Amino acid sequence: MVTTNLIILAPQGLHARPVTALIRLAKGFKSNISLQKGDKTVKLNSMLNILSLTIKGGETITIIIDGEDETEASAAINHFFTEELKHL
Amino acid sequence: MKGIGVSPGIAIGRAFIIQKKATVATGILLNGPAEIEVAIAQFDKAVTSAVNEVESIKINSPALSDNDFAILETQIELLSDPEIRESVIEKIESEHKNTSDALLETIAGFVQVFESMEDAYMRARAADVQDIGDRILKNLGNSGPANQLAFKPDTIIIAEDLSPSDTIAMDITKVIGFATQAGSQTSHAAIIAKARGIPAIVGCGADLIDIKNDDVIILDAISGEVFINPNQQILDEYLIKRNVYQRRAVELKALHDVPAITTDGMQITLTANISGAGDLVNVFDNGGEGVGLLRTELLYMNRDTFPTEDEQFEFYKNTALQAKGKPVIVRTIDIGGDKHLPYFNLPAELNPFLGYRAIRVCLDRKDLFITQLKAILRASVFGDLKIMFPMISNIQEIRSAKSILEEAKEELRKDGLPFKSGIKVGIMIEIPSAAITADLLAKEVDFFSIGTNDLCQYTLAVDRMNDKISHLYDPFNPAVLRLISFVIEQGAKQNIHVGMCGEMAADPLATLLLMGMGLKEFSMSAASIPAIKSIIINNSELKAKQVWENVKAMDSSEEILEYLKGI
Repeated sequence: MVTTNLIILAPQGLHARPVTALIRLAKGFKSNISLQKGDKTVKLNSMLNILSLTIKGGETITIIIDGEDETEASAAINHFFTEELKHL
Repeated sequence: MKGIGVSPGIAIGRAFIIQKKATVATGILLNGPAEIEVAIAQFDKAVTSAVNEVESIKINSPALSDNDFAILETQIELLSDPEIRESVIEKIESEHKNTSDALLETIAGFVQVFESMEDAYMRARAADVQDIGDRILKNLGNSGPANQLAFKPDTIIIAEDLSPSDTIAMDITKVIGFATQAGSQTSHAAIIAKARGIPAIVGCGADLIDIKNDDVIILDAISGEVFINPNQQILDEYLIKRNVYQRRAVELKALHDVPAITTDGMQITLTANISGAGDLVNVFDNGGEGVGLLRTELLYMNRDTFPTEDEQFEFYKNTALQAKGKPVIVRTIDIGGDKHLPYFNLPAELNPFLGYRAIRVCLDRKDLFITQLKAILRASVFGDLKIMFPMISNIQEIRSAKSILEEAKEELRKDGLPFKSGIKVGIMIEIPSAAITADLLAKEVDFFSIGTNDLCQYTLAVDRMNDKISHLYDPFNPAVLRLISFVIEQGAKQNIHVGMCGEMAADPLATLLLMGMGLKEFSMSAASIPAIKSIIINNSELKAKQVWENVKAMDSSEEILEYLKGI
């Protein structure tokens, strides 16, 4: 299992557009991926669940990945949060 | 009638009313496992055809913007959201609801969740959920895809609210604006209107019901006013207003995307002076490429105590985030002089401008300084922040300030807090002694920013607040010009950036002169950017150099100003 803390570097937070990209990215991996904010954890496959967490710019979230391709998935998702998110 | 203007502009046209038919629950229950199986299959089929419908809009609408595309992609994700399916299946299997009822309840539930959220953006997402629910529902009923509405030219759409599907189906060549009863700054209708640059007013309330098809409508999305069948006088007035607005918008827009490059290829960076994150929208609207001066005094004013590190951190973080990766030069606190804080008692001085102010206070009150530096450093991971020290008069002050900055970094390291260790450090050049020793100071810093207001007042020994001698305050005095030119020249020699953030940077008379000296970064109030940009793009570096050569030979500012006005 890989657990990573990430800061949201997009000023408007995780809006519909980045969440769409994130879900599609997560779908490409076999591992179970979930996202945790505060005491709430949701699976990274539902737009509604992620949006309902209201994740804002500057907040810290935790990504938990468990499965056979967790290393690759973790690298891709870290890249999404540190690089791609800024341009979405 | 008044609403919220969400996309400024003026539209005059005829009303077209879009009404929604609401589907109601039937209450019919399913009978037996066979029907349940059929109901689930119906739902899955409806979702598949709804997704296909959106896919086909994507393929068949060549005029879609990036923004429309993103909205459609989001719709596809929402349509196939596992939470929706789970809830629908649950209602079908354990409550024996029919597919349509199960879907209606599920959607109503999610809509309510979003509508009750605190965040305005998230509240507005209720409309997206409703929209995809309606789309699945439509595909359940086999009613086939919606017809593309045929609009007449100059149509103004009037609706209770507009869904993403409605707005994407709008033929923008015919629709010139819209007004809705519901909606907010962050609703879809608002986002689409802004992206397409058509005037829109949302949140007009129930009065909008009175409008009939083909009524003459004026939308003043600047003031938020809607006029229904206005009289000739109002109509005439608005025809003029509309033309003036359109012409200005075209001019500004034409300049917005044009890079600030001279006819012979000299590139100039135009940035803005701001006091907080809220100013940034205006900066980008005017074509600014970053922030040349973030004043931090606002943080300290209108309160009873010094702001804490965390409060300051939030302020810098917001600014860094809103700047979207563009550089932001943060000037450390400049108090003293004419700026006083009620909770920080500074004794009255005979010559406050020559007294205890800015960096002098900071080096003396290390506690205040280190708090600010730590907050800036912590925020530096959220964007491209740089630190600038004001009122530097000698090299020792730079070294002291930098060593306190290192202490701040060390404290953060100990606490395990992230920051950019290579953050760029610069100084204001606003004291003559700093200008004259620019060659020495340049070795200590990454950039200079020339503050012409103080540089002028100190060079000429003129108190700029004193009306009696205000005529002596003169940035075109050859002494001031020589100092500025020297600083620019030394910066270039030592390969460090030199910018200007004083009022002179926004003075159209000075633009060519400063470019001729070699200045490549101008920072000013956002509203001044278009005017300065238009000077840059219409002139050459060659001409600018000639202007400076000519001015160098003149001995008085009267002569210089006379000459500059003539070119």
